[in-house]
Amino acid sequence: MTIAAKFEIEYLQYLDAAGKEVRKDLPAFAKDLDHMVELYKVMMSTRVFDAKSIALQRTGKLGTYASCLGHEAAHVGIGSAMKPEDVLAISYREYGAQLYRGVRPREVYMYWGGDERGNDYQVEPARHDFAWSVPIATQCLHAAGSALAFKIRGEKRVAVCTIGDGGSSKGDFYGAINIAGAQNLPLVAVIVNNQWAISVPRKIQSGAETLAQKGIAAGLYCLQVDGNDIIAVRKAMEDALDRARNGEGGSVLELVTYRLGDHTTADDARRYRGKEEVDEAWAKEPMKRLRNWLVKKKAWDDAKEEAWRAECDDWMDNEVNAYLETRAQPVSAMFDYIYAEVPADLAKQRDYVLSLENQLESNKGH
Amino acid sequence: MAQITLIEAVTQALAYEMAHDESVVVLGEDVGVNGGVFRATQGLQEKFGELRVIDTPLDEATIAGVTVGLAVQGMKPVAEAQFEGFIYPMMEQIACHAARMRNRTRGRLTVPAVWRAPWGGGIRAPEHHSEANEHLFTNIPGLRVVLPSSPARAYGLLLAAIRDPDPVVFFEPKRIYRQYKEEVPDDGEALPLDVCFVLRDGSDVTLVTWGSQVKETLEAAEALAKEGISAEVIDVATLTPLDFDTIAESVAKTGRCVIVHEAPKTAGFGAEIAARLAEECLYDLLAPVERVTGFDTHIPLYRLEMRYLPSVERVVSAAKRTLAAS
Repeated sequence: MTIAAKFEIEYLQYLDAAGKEVRKDLPAFAKDLDHMVELYKVMMSTRVFDAKSIALQRTGKLGTYASCLGHEAAHVGIGSAMKPEDVLAISYREYGAQLYRGVRPREVYMYWGGDERGNDYQVEPARHDFAWSVPIATQCLHAAGSALAFKIRGEKRVAVCTIGDGGSSKGDFYGAINIAGAQNLPLVAVIVNNQWAISVPRKIQSGAETLAQKGIAAGLYCLQVDGNDIIAVRKAMEDALDRARNGEGGSVLELVTYRLGDHTTADDARRYRGKEEVDEAWAKEPMKRLRNWLVKKKAWDDAKEEAWRAECDDWMDNEVNAYLETRAQPVSAMFDYIYAEVPADLAKQRDYVLSLENQLESNKGH
Repeated sequence: MAQITLIEAVTQALAYEMAHDESVVVLGEDVGVNGGVFRATQGLQEKFGELRVIDTPLDEATIAGVTVGLAVQGMKPVAEAQFEGFIYPMMEQIACHAARMRNRTRGRLTVPAVWRAPWGGGIRAPEHHSEANEHLFTNIPGLRVVLPSSPARAYGLLLAAIRDPDPVVFFEPKRIYRQYKEEVPDDGEALPLDVCFVLRDGSDVTLVTWGSQVKETLEAAEALAKEGISAEVIDVATLTPLDFDTIAESVAKTGRCVIVHEAPKTAGFGAEIAARLAEECLYDLLAPVERVTGFDTHIPLYRLEMRYLPSVERVVSAAKRTLAAS
């Protein structure tokens, strides 16, 4: 027999769990320590934000919330590598990427706090990104469609979608990378492999040795990355974005990380995974290694850490207050965005609901 | 002026809009060189190129989801589901994203897209090529569900659907794709969505229908006229949002109503119209509302399919029953 095709999947890592450099060819951005400090600060504000969200949920001030604990390097790495004109299509826990692109914590709180206005991101470039997409992997096709629009219009923009290890089992993921390969679309599909799809572990999702290699079937560039090493994530993303932007094709990146928290606040991960595994994952978490590295380079210290944490706390308090002070939308809002204009038949239902409201109001008056 | 069929009117509308709005693109399986399995996109790729008439991989979910992405980026995609029986993998994208994007984002992102699908039975096709499943979409808020029933309405309604700022599922009654020709000026004039068309005035009974059943229903009205019974025929055309007022006005005049559709009876869209008549027009009614529909079975393979589809005789009998009741 002869070989019809041959493939291999490379693994990219710059910093090990202790923050020690495992290779010497650091990318250009990593030599700019001010920039690396900026990335660390966004990772930290993401973690502070996440803790605040969970506290809000536990005290009854927020609905079900999906934590991002442990994903900070993966998410901030994605967001920071993208250009403003690119488009991000996420699932629902990639806050690090979203905060980097201008989504405000109050918007996240509003969405999980039962208010659609949370999805009406006010700040660019997030304003042209997709909203949270709960049905797993469906957003991959929105990114592929966006990439197709960029190709049709000759725009040098890239669409990025993120999914989990579980999401990579879905047809929509395959469909998206498949059309990206067939049509040479500027798509970067990022699998944030955090090892768990609620209670189902990575090994049940696929018999493939890596999830990155799924992109081989689509004819895309594939790479597995230490998803807890922001230098590796950022570098892999920059390369994939450049390739896509230059018309050289799409990519599938697998960022190997770990979901340190529960799936959502409605989940209890102790039901299906042991403490030992979680402890091991904590030893590899993304913040500590970057901090060690920055401290060693004398770019960061305890005083800076404390000062920045205080700033994050103030910011989050401010955002939480803004969220809690937001009044619910008027009841008519449930009708106002179904179509560009409320059709006559639907207006009858809206008028009925408004009459019920008026009745309630006038009853209060008596 | 050339006389054209319903399918040619679809092509004419697509070509007109693509020529006048460069954000309009067509995508689907076999829509390119082959011009679609029914030839709805015949000649379009030649005219507008491979970037605007796109043969996709054979995956309906991909077509539907890519369509959402294109539309959010400001394109006006017209996606083709090759047959309505293959639209099911598209439903998640249509229901969970296309129909919700505006609402989800408070108007920040919108999906001005059209999903076209040849629809309905009666062409001796294999299994899964003959469904009438419009009622599965009429219960999805945020969508428009449109069914033309003539070449002129296919042209005018498809133009309107493409120009509409919200997602439209556009079911084309394939049984009457080539039933007859009529003059359809290629003037870019759209017809209004969200309104019923009164195709024939009458005073004794209102016949309400859509899609290919318009053919049998008009023939039934003709047959009834020969017996001195005056039937009004309404083509609903846009099922949702429903123009119920036109139906109610007609029933206020006639006092009788027969609803004709080829989808199964239970929870078909006729049930909605009958319920609305019961809620809002009960005291205008002189007889119980009749429904002439497909049965609560799968449409049989083609040796029996015409026994499943509503016939002129069934419509005439139902109309007569409403007259006998009062």
